[in-house]
Amino acid sequence: MQPDGQDQDLLSLYQSIILDHGKSPRNTGRVERHDCSSEGRNPLCGDRVTVTAALDESDILTDLKFDAKGCAISIASASMMTEAAKGLTTDEVQRISDAVRILCIEKFSGEDINGFLGETLSARLESLRALSGVRQFPTRAKCALLPWQTLMACIQGNSTASTER
Amino acid sequence: MTALAHVSPESKARKFDIASVRADFPILRRLVHEQPLTYLDTAASAQKPQSVIDVIKNQYENEYANVHRGAYWLSETLTTKYEDARESVRAFLNAKSDKEIIFTKGATESINLVASSFGRSLKVGDEIVITGLEHHSNIVPWQMLRNQCGVELKVAPVTDDGDVTLDSISKLLSPKTKLVAVAHVSNALGTVLPIKDIAKLAHDAGARILIDGCQGIVHEDVDVQDMDCDFYAFSGHKLYGPNGIGVLYGKEDILEEMPPYQGGGEMISTVTFDHSEWAELPAKFEAGTPPIVPAVGLGEAIRYVSAFDAASVSAHEKALLAYGTEQLQAVEGVTLIGTAERKTAVLSFVLEGAHPHDLATILDRCGVCVRAGHHCAQPLMDRFGVSATVRASFGLYNTQDEVDVLIEALGRAREILC
Repeated sequence: MQPDGQDQDLLSLYQSIILDHGKSPRNTGRVERHDCSSEGRNPLCGDRVTVTAALDESDILTDLKFDAKGCAISIASASMMTEAAKGLTTDEVQRISDAVRILCIEKFSGEDINGFLGETLSARLESLRALSGVRQFPTRAKCALLPWQTLMACIQGNSTASTER
Repeated sequence: MTALAHVSPESKARKFDIASVRADFPILRRLVHEQPLTYLDTAASAQKPQSVIDVIKNQYENEYANVHRGAYWLSETLTTKYEDARESVRAFLNAKSDKEIIFTKGATESINLVASSFGRSLKVGDEIVITGLEHHSNIVPWQMLRNQCGVELKVAPVTDDGDVTLDSISKLLSPKTKLVAVAHVSNALGTVLPIKDIAKLAHDAGARILIDGCQGIVHEDVDVQDMDCDFYAFSGHKLYGPNGIGVLYGKEDILEEMPPYQGGGEMISTVTFDHSEWAELPAKFEAGTPPIVPAVGLGEAIRYVSAFDAASVSAHEKALLAYGTEQLQAVEGVTLIGTAERKTAVLSFVLEGAHPHDLATILDRCGVCVRAGHHCAQPLMDRFGVSATVRASFGLYNTQDEVDVLIEALGRAREILC
């Protein structure tokens, strides 16, 4: 019933890696001995995600977990985020987070983003590139970005985050 | 006697023919994502018939001026139309007097008007009773009032099938109860509440009753005298009218007692720096230039829906509900939320293994517009242990074929997601 173009958009939004992380998210729950935690909400749909993280004295994210109620896109984004961000410094996490925002909203190519991140961080972005399918679905970009906004709030010591701020 | 019957008792009802009804709504001819538009979000906002669109356009092109101000023909003519719209609303609700019809910008403002104005007569220890299925607009204004003046808020629980029993409301009533504020029809589930009985319970307890009629006005007969409600609030845009217009019906003697809601032009009779005197009803509650064009558009929307024989519209929507319920329940993994005996054509559901947002995105690409989310009724979602549902809601222009499109699109969604 679908013209190919429409279906292609849907298939690029719901790539197998997104569905895999959406159905079997990694690193769920809470980091027992966490240094920061933050709860993010999308007030438009009621979805929420809680991020807890442990940092060492060099500001390296040594552990990171999430707990969420949300759609496949937000769960997958959160799950891939925990894999990508663990072991990075907070500055590096900020840069990855910026890169994800660019992937989801702005019209930059993969090369532009690689240039922005540098080689080592670009490798961290790998699975997250699948999130760029939301570009064709502007209302869904908020779903992909909520976990990242929450993680950044967490690192910055804010206990809450919202897609509407 | 039905509300529709009050409007044009002599005129002959228009035969309800679905093809000609659909032809009245120009948007239904467009494509979305190269698919025919299947609009199943009427509970959020209804589409507009050509006649309403024409009335709005014509006002701006040929009739526009401010109302109640200019001593010139254009203003006088539009003032007459604005007041005619008030009379259409009065007749539609079977209110006693057009002094009882306050134009607002929407039902939310109507309820906030009551909370701000009627609410000023309440004191610490007084109680307001609502139900667990209310829209946020019939929860939050009362919470704000509670924070302001210390009234208590009591909530009648929702049953497993999405209903509220009279008994559960009755248990919350006492001499402390000053107001019962309930939905006529649940926006999220479609449940129709027995508001006439609830009004009687409220009055027996010495309380006033406010009915959030946003969905009720669209799908149920509304006769404010017969149901004996003190306030009835609704929005124009859900009744096939423009947005930016709402109505608060209030019994005249109660409105007379209430202080103004907002101050400004129109709502005064005299102003000096020492003192102002309020205008008569309904102007007392209509400060500032009112939503003139939307009000006249609402008048036309009421004329449009009133032209049909109410029973045939109701039969059409009931058939859609029955067919949709049957088809949806046959889809593997679907759980319908809200299965009360009396409900309007609303299908709120979840599909195992698929979040409502993901479903809505895929349905959209099939041309199907549904609402996915908490429907501004988060406490109700909590009651059913979900954060969101998909809601397909039907209006007079929907067809059984569109139910089939929904079901087929759900199949596609299952292929992609599950």
